[in-house]
Amino acid sequence: MADIAELVRLLKELEDDLVSCTRCGMCQAVCPLYGETGRETDVARGKLVLVENLSQEILDDPEAVKERLDRCLLCGSCAAACPGGVPVLDVFLKARAIITGYLGLSPIKKAIFRGFLSNPDRFDSLMQWMGRLQGPFTRSVNKTLGSSCARFMSPVIGDRHFMPIAAEAWHKKAHRDFTEPRQSGRTRVVFYPGCLVDKILPRVAEAAMEVFAFHGVDVYVAAQAPCCGIPALSAGDVKTFSHLVEKNIRIWQDLDFDYLVTPCATCTSTIAKLWPAMETYITGDSGKIRDQIPGIVEKTRDINAFLVDVMGVQAKQSADSGTVTYHDPCHLKKSLGIAKQPRTILAASGSLQLSEMSDADRCCGMGGSFNLAHYELSKKIGAKKRDAILATGADTVATGCPACMLQIIDLLSHAQSKIRVCHPIEVYAQSLRQTAGPARAENQK
Amino acid sequence: MTDKQVVRRFEQIVGAENVMAAEADRQAYAYDAAVLDSVVPALVVRPETMEQLGQVVALCNENGLPLTVRGSGTNLSGGTIPSSTRSVVVVTNGLARILEINTEDLYAVVEPGVITAKFAAAVAEKGLFYPPDPGSQAVSTLGGNVAENAGGLRGLKYGVTKDYVMGVEFFDVNGELVKSGSRTVKCATGFNLSDLMVGSEGLLGVFARIVLKLIPPPKASQAMTAVFDSVEKASETVSAIIADRIVPCTLEFLDNFTIRTVEDFRHAGLPVDAEALLLIEVDGHPAEVQEDSEKIQEICRKKGAVSVQAAANAEEKDLIWQARRDALPALARLKPTTVLEDATVPRSRIPDMVKKIKEISQTYNLDIGTFGHAGDGNLHPTILTDKRNHEEYARVEKAIDDIFEAALAMGGTLSGEHGIGLAKRKYMETETSRGTILYSRMLKQTFDPKNILNPGKMIGE
Ligand SMILES: Cc1cc2nc3c(=O)[nH]c(=O)nc-3n(C[C@H](O)[C@H](O)[C@H](O)COP(=O)(O)OP(=O)(O)OC[C@H]3O[C@@H](n4cnc5c(N)ncnc54)[C@H](O)[C@@H]3O)c2cc1C
Ligand code: SF4
Ligand code: SF4
Repeated sequence: MADIAELVRLLKELEDDLVSCTRCGMCQAVCPLYGETGRETDVARGKLVLVENLSQEILDDPEAVKERLDRCLLCGSCAAACPGGVPVLDVFLKARAIITGYLGLSPIKKAIFRGFLSNPDRFDSLMQWMGRLQGPFTRSVNKTLGSSCARFMSPVIGDRHFMPIAAEAWHKKAHRDFTEPRQSGRTRVVFYPGCLVDKILPRVAEAAMEVFAFHGVDVYVAAQAPCCGIPALSAGDVKTFSHLVEKNIRIWQDLDFDYLVTPCATCTSTIAKLWPAMETYITGDSGKIRDQIPGIVEKTRDINAFLVDVMGVQAKQSADSGTVTYHDPCHLKKSLGIAKQPRTILAASGSLQLSEMSDADRCCGMGGSFNLAHYELSKKIGAKKRDAILATGADTVATGCPACMLQIIDLLSHAQSKIRVCHPIEVYAQSLRQTAGPARAENQK
Repeated sequence: MTDKQVVRRFEQIVGAENVMAAEADRQAYAYDAAVLDSVVPALVVRPETMEQLGQVVALCNENGLPLTVRGSGTNLSGGTIPSSTRSVVVVTNGLARILEINTEDLYAVVEPGVITAKFAAAVAEKGLFYPPDPGSQAVSTLGGNVAENAGGLRGLKYGVTKDYVMGVEFFDVNGELVKSGSRTVKCATGFNLSDLMVGSEGLLGVFARIVLKLIPPPKASQAMTAVFDSVEKASETVSAIIADRIVPCTLEFLDNFTIRTVEDFRHAGLPVDAEALLLIEVDGHPAEVQEDSEKIQEICRKKGAVSVQAAANAEEKDLIWQARRDALPALARLKPTTVLEDATVPRSRIPDMVKKIKEISQTYNLDIGTFGHAGDGNLHPTILTDKRNHEEYARVEKAIDDIFEAALAMGGTLSGEHGIGLAKRKYMETETSRGTILYSRMLKQTFDPKNILNPGKMIGE
């Protein structure tokens, strides 16, 4: 699309959502980015106005609008707090797609999304190569956290403290079919690790498998793990997004299962909320892929919610062997309203005392590709999270999203902290390991 | 100076990163929360120190550039819509430091960009209380609160912003710092300029520092709800409570339309058949709270309340206030455009006013939900519409005219708390007098000879 009239026409389709913003400005209270910069173009109200003005040809600078729309963590804090119920994220993502359709995708993004992300095998190989090659270029900085930094000045890594890439993607070894017949009555779960867990934090997936085994859940892990599509969708590349949704659905469509469970807040909210919201862009198999989305959404569960709401895991009286604090990932609490269940999982471990940090649901500043493009801002936003964590004096910080985990690891590693960063499921798995044995057999009955 | 040179001068003062000249940036400072047309300013600057603020004001004056100060842009009357496309918008959110909270002399000194709720929380942390709590407190600035004389739910007992302003330091158009008021309870030094600044809507000076009064917090509180089958009974109850010399800190009213809308939104079990719901809270010394709340419940029953219920614990109390907090969001979701008015009448005229609003809604065939501060007669008739529907919006404008006319006829006022700005300036003379407008203009002319401070607002040009 190179025609500005077409751009305007497509943006006009967002009109009903755009006019529902009353310009009340309440989103200013919660936007982590605006909190740092105080710029109206960084908050939802300002961004919505720019999209509306572009659609009404009051503004004729799509590039300027795109640049400002891209300055956003897509954390959904604004949407969750909006008195008018404006579907802010949907508007942002659609506007990004429409404007990117007009301006075209940058060559580098095109190479990454179309060349690698949309092709899971090639993406795995790339990550595997990076996993093997990273050794000489990085060095370990924090043993507790397991983080590393670049040995040499690197324009991409900067002074990030990051988790090394796994030498082999987790699903490669772990893929497995359901083991029991349907009649066995076991709950059947398709486990979807998500890219970050699969390739950088496989220990979370391992913990999940232990927990599933303990609860007698029959698990399926696919031999391929296509991305849920959020990086492409955020970049406005709906072609790759549609392609990835299709790849995933094709894996699941012939399976007989009860739940699709992920340990990644972002994957859960992408599948449960964004796939349906963006369904017009999902074109595969002449619309047949799109038709399957409601069925998938209905089965999709965050792992904490699955364990508490479906499997009935309950909090236990906790022995006082340390304290844990919990960070609410935006994509769990604000998109899906899941805040109690991860805390219940932590309490179910029966080992750690929960010590709440202040503003536990304040965004950590990661925002996926936001961190790549605006590292300095991301760090500033994260500093508040870091201070809130440190103020609790907890020895573990747990959070239900691998992306938040990576951000918190970076923040704490820079602060030379010895606080352990993990997923609630890891804390729970650890407690099962210590008390397992007889209990497991009991549970499997 | 040429335009480019002026921009360069602003950049020298506040730093290039704090000057926004790009079209896309300027378009984001063209509106506020009022349903009015946007005006895109020529430049946006964001000073980060008091000195920079003074220099910015002086530079605007030197060059005859109209200046609109903007806090969080949440006012509902067009106060921060730039006066013209030549305007410079001066954003105060870079001036957001709490400079002092004095727990011995019970005052605080703040910069104008401090957010109301953050301030109230910081004060509460020191064991003190800053009562003004506008519905927008999570985002509004204290500068904006003072400039609009903002009120809130606690207005009945604790008063509004003006009751807490002890002093204002502001820049005149030449960038000279004017100091008024003091940090002492008593002050008879010079003209009472700080009172003049309250409600000045950015027309008379640019606030740089504000001294606010703090008070000790109440030790206990009790919330209640009372359901009525007529607005008259609810209103008589309000009068009877006050006649009995009880001043609740909060006394809120929801009409039937609002009750139904909130119930659809939250499903909290509100009585959808009720014509009126009163939400009441008393606070103070525990014994007094106990006695007052019992008396109020008795009065409610005597005046014919269908039911009366006191919150048994913090959770129930929160549920009561949730219904009030939901009023605006729930109404706002019904239609794309929400016109929130704040016509205010003497307390005793609430039933007449509610009846009148109902008539107006029928005459113009519009959805209007009314809720608000029953204790002080400050109602919020909220018109739900779609500004894209020009025919309907023309009816909305007529309805607004009628609402104001009715309020004035009942001895009320145009604005209880949202200010005049652009939205209500055409009604100003009707409420006041020709003389008032002329006097106000002379006052402004003296302080601001080039008429650069938010020109055109409130009193016209
Ligand atoms: C959802 C919602 C609920 C609301 N509820 C209430 C309520 O309960 N009670 C109430 O009273 N209001 C309410 N308001 C209106 C509004 O929030 C208040 O008027 C508030 O005081 C505005 O603060 P602000 O920082 O947004 O000021 P702005 O809107 O930015 O500015 C308001 C006026 O103050 C002037 N100004 C700002 N800073 C300065 C300064 N430093 N020096 C000189 N002039 C200055 C501006 O020029 C403008 O004229 C509500 C608004 C919304 C959107
Ligand atoms: S809170 Fe919602 S309605 Fe209000 S300005 Fe922000 S996006 Fe618009
Ligand atoms: S999604 Fe987050 S960062 Fe983006 S505008 Fe909303 S609150 Fe701000």
